[in-house]
Amino acid sequence: MKITIDGVTTDVQEGSTILDAARQMGIDTPTLCYGDTLTPVNVCRVCVVEVERSRALVPACSRKVEEGMVVHTDSERVRTSRRLVMELLGSAVDLSTAPEALAYIERYEAKPDRFGPDSLTVAQAVKVDNELYVRDYSKCILCYKCVEACGVDHQNTFAITVAGRGFGAHISTELDVPLPESACVYCGNCVAVCPTGALMAKSEFDLREAGEWREEEQAEVDTVCPYCGVGCNLTLHVQDDAIVKVTSPDDHDVTRGNLCIKGRFGYRYVQTRKPA
Amino acid sequence: MPDLKLLEAEPTQAERDAIDAVAGVADPFSDRVARSRPRRHLLLPALRAAQRRVGWVTPGALGYASRRLEVPPADAYGVATFYALIALEERPAEVLHVCTDLSCKLAGAEVPPGAHPSPCLGLCERAPASMRTIAGPEPREEQIPPTSPLLPQTSGLKLLRRIAEGNDPESPPAEFAALERARELGPERVLELVKASPLLGRGGAAFPTGVKWEAVARQPAKPHYLVCNADESEPGTFKDRVLMEQDPFGLIESMAIAMYATGCEKGFVYVRAEYPLAHERLQHAIDVSGFDIELRIGAGAYVCGEETALFQSIEGYRGEPRNKPPFPVEVGLFGKPTVVNNVETLLNVPHILLEDDPRDTRLFCVSGNVARPGLYELELGTPLSELLELAGAEPPKAVLMGGAAGSFLRPDQLDLPLSFEGAREAGTTLGSGVVIVYGEDADLVDAVLRIAEFFRDESCGQCVPCRIGTVRQEEALHRLASGRTQGDEIAVLADLTQVMRDASICGLGQTAANAVDSAIHNLGVLA
Repeated sequence: MKITIDGVTTDVQEGSTILDAARQMGIDTPTLCYGDTLTPVNVCRVCVVEVERSRALVPACSRKVEEGMVVHTDSERVRTSRRLVMELLGSAVDLSTAPEALAYIERYEAKPDRFGPDSLTVAQAVKVDNELYVRDYSKCILCYKCVEACGVDHQNTFAITVAGRGFGAHISTELDVPLPESACVYCGNCVAVCPTGALMAKSEFDLREAGEWREEEQAEVDTVCPYCGVGCNLTLHVQDDAIVKVTSPDDHDVTRGNLCIKGRFGYRYVQTRKPA
Repeated sequence: MPDLKLLEAEPTQAERDAIDAVAGVADPFSDRVARSRPRRHLLLPALRAAQRRVGWVTPGALGYASRRLEVPPADAYGVATFYALIALEERPAEVLHVCTDLSCKLAGAEVPPGAHPSPCLGLCERAPASMRTIAGPEPREEQIPPTSPLLPQTSGLKLLRRIAEGNDPESPPAEFAALERARELGPERVLELVKASPLLGRGGAAFPTGVKWEAVARQPAKPHYLVCNADESEPGTFKDRVLMEQDPFGLIESMAIAMYATGCEKGFVYVRAEYPLAHERLQHAIDVSGFDIELRIGAGAYVCGEETALFQSIEGYRGEPRNKPPFPVEVGLFGKPTVVNNVETLLNVPHILLEDDPRDTRLFCVSGNVARPGLYELELGTPLSELLELAGAEPPKAVLMGGAAGSFLRPDQLDLPLSFEGAREAGTTLGSGVVIVYGEDADLVDAVLRIAEFFRDESCGQCVPCRIGTVRQEEALHRLASGRTQGDEIAVLADLTQVMRDASICGLGQTAANAVDSAIHNLGVLA
């Protein structure tokens, strides 16, 4: 079907989203809560675009294209809303380990400090309650990705949820129990989809705390998981000849970025030498 | 779901019984049988039952409800923490909820020690009002004051006529004349008549009812559902409460007609938790008349008046609005084509079929600084000034139309005709028919701050513009009110208005700046 984006009419496949169409045309649309492997929840609203004859802006990530749709992705209205979304997020959340968010702040000339020094934030202590990953909800933009990954989209473990309401809405286990008492199986698939570093492998967190995390020096090595016969792809992040983090490529047909506890966290034997 | 990790705490026998009364008696083999239908939709009723029994939802009750209904405990916790009236911390069996919203504030509401402040309880004509919840073996809720003069207006009534004539809300009418008429006409003819009528939705959005009905009737997907949206929570609104309390059989009959015309297998009426008398009378009317209608009760969430949030709530999820499209007529309750109508909208239908009164009337909830607060019914197009005179309004310095999501009018704008077009031309809305009068001595700054607080409290938290925007809006208004300004608050508020209106998921966020914006720009308050 034919749609027009930013004055250019193009053919797109029925059933695709405005975001798909924009990407097909090489238009860079910002996204935060969208994930290639997840059902769109369209909550961050940074991808909003203007669709003619629609009263409000619409989220590009989930709105399906319709024949003859006319879309503007860079109008004044769109830029204002995207700027405000980034100002609001930046004013409430620590985005220091969220490179995409920081780039959008720059791109839309957002000024998160404009709301003043007394603005309410989500600042709180880091939750370190297990050896595999930490949860720093001062950095949480509430994109719902971790809940989706833990739930029906990937893992079907249902260890976490969005609890509370309004500004108090937050990610939680049942009754806010620590992870070891929850249903968590430590697959780390929530860590893999987190766009802000609120969820972080403990290995990375510890190195960052010690000032020894040097991402620019790290090599990425693709390999196959040595444990079971599924054959998940692993990407080893290597710094100073040691594995510091394991991820899995999103575009792999079988795993779509997911791993289990062994593949994601069980790599230490590689670098544990027998005592001489 | 035998592989779910469950909470370890055990319920007491009383909690177990309360939850079993909703979920059915536990089957010892239930974990070995695959269920044909998920029962998650019973989660909120189960949590409500447990809380009404012991006063709060204990970890044992939460765990037992999740086990019985096969809901992951984390999910059940997420749902329980969404609703303001569900308590997850121990509290006394008796709790007083004191309304601190617009009309009650004008009437000098004060929250005594130990009581909980509450958003609008829908008792605005009795302001200041409160509600007492009493948990125990025979739980109940009390509205305070318990009664008010029924109707301040006695002539020219259409929807309210039966009530004014003193019908007995607890005994069924001799016959359901309009339903009989519908059955004579057949569904197609009923659709035609409703489509030909000028009936527009009375919940606030003013969508043509006939168009909605036809869209659902034509959907090939089955079953179809009817949902009566009786979650009226817009501050200042109490019309649907009066209708449900005083004419429950009228509503049930209207729902039966709608279900007949649109091919609905089942109807739900979702009533806010704050209306105990309405629950009682509706349940009685449903039991007596035997229609396939189920009463569902909320748990303190304004956003559940948004139709898709209401579906989520009935289905046992957090009341977070869905993105539209798809619209409810295609994908609604349980993913099926769904008609959603407001109480007042539905009660117009019998008159269309019986052709007993051709006037297009509208209910108005008048409160604030007036001598005769209450529910009024006027023909659309009547000037606002006439309504104010009927209600004995003080000379106003402002009138809030449409509630917290509406907007303020100046004293020189009171000639506006009470019609959808008239309101639109004056830059306001009839919304859910709220008219709150602010007299000479009223504190408008206080009203504006309360409205901002209301939206910050009631935002579901899902989307960024509303979740954080409502907080920043309230902060900026407090800076203006206290005089500790940064100098750019008006510009900040204008930006927030735009992003909430343009980029929020649902109507709550999209209208969260309306009244504030009109107070600043139309009244000059805090400007």
